[in-house]
Amino acid sequence: MFRYTKLTLLREVGLWALALLFLAPFYFLVTTALKPDNELFTTSALAPPKSPDFSNFIDVLTATGNSNVVTGLINSVIITAGSILGLIALGSVTGYVISRSTRRWSKGAYYLFLVAIILPGQLGAVPLYMGARALGLTGSAWGLIVLYTGMLLPLSIFLYANFFRGLGTEYEEAATIDGASKSQIFSKVVFPMMAPATGTVTIFAGLIVWNDFFTSLIFLGGSDNQTLPVAMYYYIGSLVSQWNSIFAIVIVSMVPILALFLFAQKRFIQGFSGGLKG
Amino acid sequence: MTATMQPESEAAEAPRRGGRTPVAGQKTRPRGRGLEFGHWWWALPGIALVFAIHYVATGIGGFFAFTNWTGIGAFKITGWANFEAIFKDPTKLGALSNTLFLAFGSVLLGNIAGLLIALGLNRVLKTRYILRTLFFMPVVLSPLATAYIWKYIFDFDGPLNAFLTAIGAGDQTKPWLADPQWAIWTVLVVLVWSSTGFAMVIFMAGLAGVPAEVEEAAAIDGANLWQRFRNVTLPAIRPAVAIATTLGIVQGLRVFDPIMALTAGGPAGATETLATQVYKQAFALGNFGGGAALALVLAAIILIFAVIQQRLTRSNPED
Repeated sequence: MFRYTKLTLLREVGLWALALLFLAPFYFLVTTALKPDNELFTTSALAPPKSPDFSNFIDVLTATGNSNVVTGLINSVIITAGSILGLIALGSVTGYVISRSTRRWSKGAYYLFLVAIILPGQLGAVPLYMGARALGLTGSAWGLIVLYTGMLLPLSIFLYANFFRGLGTEYEEAATIDGASKSQIFSKVVFPMMAPATGTVTIFAGLIVWNDFFTSLIFLGGSDNQTLPVAMYYYIGSLVSQWNSIFAIVIVSMVPILALFLFAQKRFIQGFSGGLKG
Repeated sequence: MTATMQPESEAAEAPRRGGRTPVAGQKTRPRGRGLEFGHWWWALPGIALVFAIHYVATGIGGFFAFTNWTGIGAFKITGWANFEAIFKDPTKLGALSNTLFLAFGSVLLGNIAGLLIALGLNRVLKTRYILRTLFFMPVVLSPLATAYIWKYIFDFDGPLNAFLTAIGAGDQTKPWLADPQWAIWTVLVVLVWSSTGFAMVIFMAGLAGVPAEVEEAAAIDGANLWQRFRNVTLPAIRPAVAIATTLGIVQGLRVFDPIMALTAGGPAGATETLATQVYKQAFALGNFGGGAALALVLAAIILIFAVIQQRLTRSNPED
């Protein structure tokens, strides 16, 4: 009954029209970034540039100080990767233990993590900042990695724990009978089975940390060692209505994540929908 | 997915289990013998970190909600004074109603749009995966970058006004973000734009769990399109609806980044939300006690709506 009919073709064409309308902002983003200064206010906002100009991009890539995008890119990669590793290591072990335990405290721990997902971050931000400064964690990539790991750990544990609830214990039982120790079972049997949950955690946490602005703005505190969103923020802060320059750095900042998404879009979308079913 | 003719119970269950065999781990596990797998102390580092970063920090912040602390120096305990001030201040009450408007508006519109697109993409379309990728693209962008793009679109010299002029509606042009009446709608558009793709993939995953045979059977029995959606599809995607709306409301209630980049709460407080007010009070205006009290109110609201939402949309109370 679900065959490709004329009506389906109509639906397909309609959805393409909708998609193009939906993505119109990207059209303005690219055309405006390519406009030279003298075209910015003389041509219509709807028109493409008459003589496309890449100088805005060169300005962005050669900016120095706290809006240095190359430094920002490197810092963002280090901080995102470090946080993901921390979240996988701690999240998988903790999620495993609390979902496999039948003791009463494990249920309590589960709710501890669940409520932590909902708490708004601003309430703890100032005490957290003072604590981090006392421990010497502000202004460094290490501090941010610890912070992001702690902030997103409840979400990571929640995703892992839900994954285990739908998983039988046969493999672990078999490995126990074969004489494997508890840590061997975890690293050789359980961890490989968690791959879908690990994928979801990587994508969720990676996206949140990569795009986060507020935390790195506060905890890196004005140094020249910034993440990409903060570098973008400082760069744009010095521009007023220079939309061609603003959009050049917006494009530069979104190219890495957009390229990664288009390259691995299937895994991205699976990660999103798969992690949220439980 | 297991094909089944009982969409009410089984098909609703299928997407939750993600296609794995629904052997509930809890039932096969021997009860009452304590921990079978792993050592309990493996959970300690994770619990300690979450406890320190979420609960201790929030607890200290919550304590300051009952003080007149400015962020540095000495303070006095003032009891409920900060909370009384919130409910007397029209800016805060305006922020509260804006927060609720944006959270519910974006969840409602984003989910309806996401559901319609997901239904449109659901079966036999040749380019459904390309279209899905395109609709999902805004979700991976940073809220900051998204806000800058839309700030230009709504700019007085921007594309929206240029378009209105081009189609002969030049008298409708206005500085959208600076117009007290329209500014909040521009924020809503941006929120919906960046969340539609997210709702769409959740619904697509839910719809994939509805077996084609059930829909066919309903169609053969003479059910029209709406009846098929109402009685077959919707019950089966209830878990997807629950997840998408709960997350959307929690996210919507604490919305901060896009507003700061778009309007910074202006013009004249027209787009102020609880989160932007918390930030301004605590970090910019040196009223940490007041900001903390407002954050506590926000936390309570989020908690209440998250619980209500879970209760309303939960399909299986035992889960």
